[in-house]
Amino acid sequence: MTSHIAREKEKLKRRLLTLSADVEETYLLAVRSLEQMDEALAKKVAGSDDRIDRQEVDLEEECLKVLALHQPVANDLRFIVSVLKINNDLERIADMAVNISERVLDLVKTKPMDIPFEFSTMSQKVYSMVKKSLDSLVNLDLHEAHEVIALDDEVDALHHKSYGLVIEKIRQQPDNIEALISYLVVSRYLERIADLATNIAEDVHYLIEGDIVRHIM
Amino acid sequence: MSDPIRISIDNPVVRVNNLNFYYGASQALFDISLDFPREKVTALIGPSGCGKSTMLRCFNRMNDLVDGARVEGSIMLDDTQVNDASMDVIELRRRVGMVFQKSNPFPKTIYENVVYGLRIAGENNKAVLDEAVERSLQGAALWDEVKDRLNQSALGLSGGQMQRLCIARAIAVNPEVVLMDEPCSALDPKSTIRVEELIGELRSKYTIIIVTHNMQQAARVSDYTAFLYEGALVEYGLTRELFVKPKSKQTEDYITGRFG
Repeated sequence: MTSHIAREKEKLKRRLLTLSADVEETYLLAVRSLEQMDEALAKKVAGSDDRIDRQEVDLEEECLKVLALHQPVANDLRFIVSVLKINNDLERIADMAVNISERVLDLVKTKPMDIPFEFSTMSQKVYSMVKKSLDSLVNLDLHEAHEVIALDDEVDALHHKSYGLVIEKIRQQPDNIEALISYLVVSRYLERIADLATNIAEDVHYLIEGDIVRHIM
Repeated sequence: MSDPIRISIDNPVVRVNNLNFYYGASQALFDISLDFPREKVTALIGPSGCGKSTMLRCFNRMNDLVDGARVEGSIMLDDTQVNDASMDVIELRRRVGMVFQKSNPFPKTIYENVVYGLRIAGENNKAVLDEAVERSLQGAALWDEVKDRLNQSALGLSGGQMQRLCIARAIAVNPEVVLMDEPCSALDPKSTIRVEELIGELRSKYTIIIVTHNMQQAARVSDYTAFLYEGALVEYGLTRELFVKPKSKQTEDYITGRFG
């Protein structure tokens, strides 16, 4: 026999996974639009925001409904709270992906140049953090969640490195300052996405262990 | 994982050590040890037959009335051993009052119901009794509703009012501990909320130990919660922790309704 709350949790989980697949896809398309300087693709990414926002609001309302009707406690309560927070983090990740595609729409208007920082390494690392954080949720895998939290420092270091590289390039090519600033902002967006993936991993830790590790780990 | 039943309570009012209880040959409580915090609300939860009411009734020796009942171990009410043969049970029940599932007012006036315990104790000074009636009914959040009909029969009150009258009767004798055995299970939601609010107010003066089947009620009204299963204490801790992150899997399964 499956209880009402177990069925509701299963429904929330399915919705969250649908949303996360959509967000992952949006992120990958944003990265590709930059790598290939693909204006059409960048426009498509920028247009996906509304769809993801709607999913986020629906999922939040669903969580509030379960809280009101079932008054969950213990593991059930921690699950709903985690879904609420992860839902919000996913929507923010999609926002950042949209922001990247909007930089691409600016960059296609400027003189073509090589990406002035380790974009490929950084975007792959960020992707693996997003993916791992969601896998850790699906599998309730504490070890995987902790891996994500550890990776955040690496992405922070890469962003710091981008900053130095872009400053150096601005000195060499002052005429390209607009494009270079856009690239620096892209690096910053990637670093923010890594932070949000870390938040998700911290919420997974809370779900499993019941203690809040934010600002500690 | 930390120990689910050992927590330190400062200055406890009731200290239970290695309590075993038997109804004839069948054992109902198994080696229970826990301290009840002073002027706090502690909820006893657990499935039917887990021993929570039996435990509650050990604290004022209500089980003495049951044939073949036998108790082992120690229950200290401050410095008094509850189980001592020399214990004055009447005095014990003044110090440890009780409110039952079904309100049980005496077929007397509202006034006489409240002063019943004081009269038994030999108090007949009208000024003292009047003062006790007002104080107790105020304390039970019933005064405004009944102050103009204190000399009418208590049996004319509504179910919720009767239950609050029983609480007034219990606190009229200034007990240290008030035991409540599912005090709201026969009340409608509105009366339930009144009694729950009352429990919240009484907490500042009395120690309350409440047995409830209603998990949400335990979560709402209590500071500490003890979970019993098959006569044993499974988990004891702060209510806010037990309902968010229980230490025992059994507790988790019970409070989330996944039991058995």
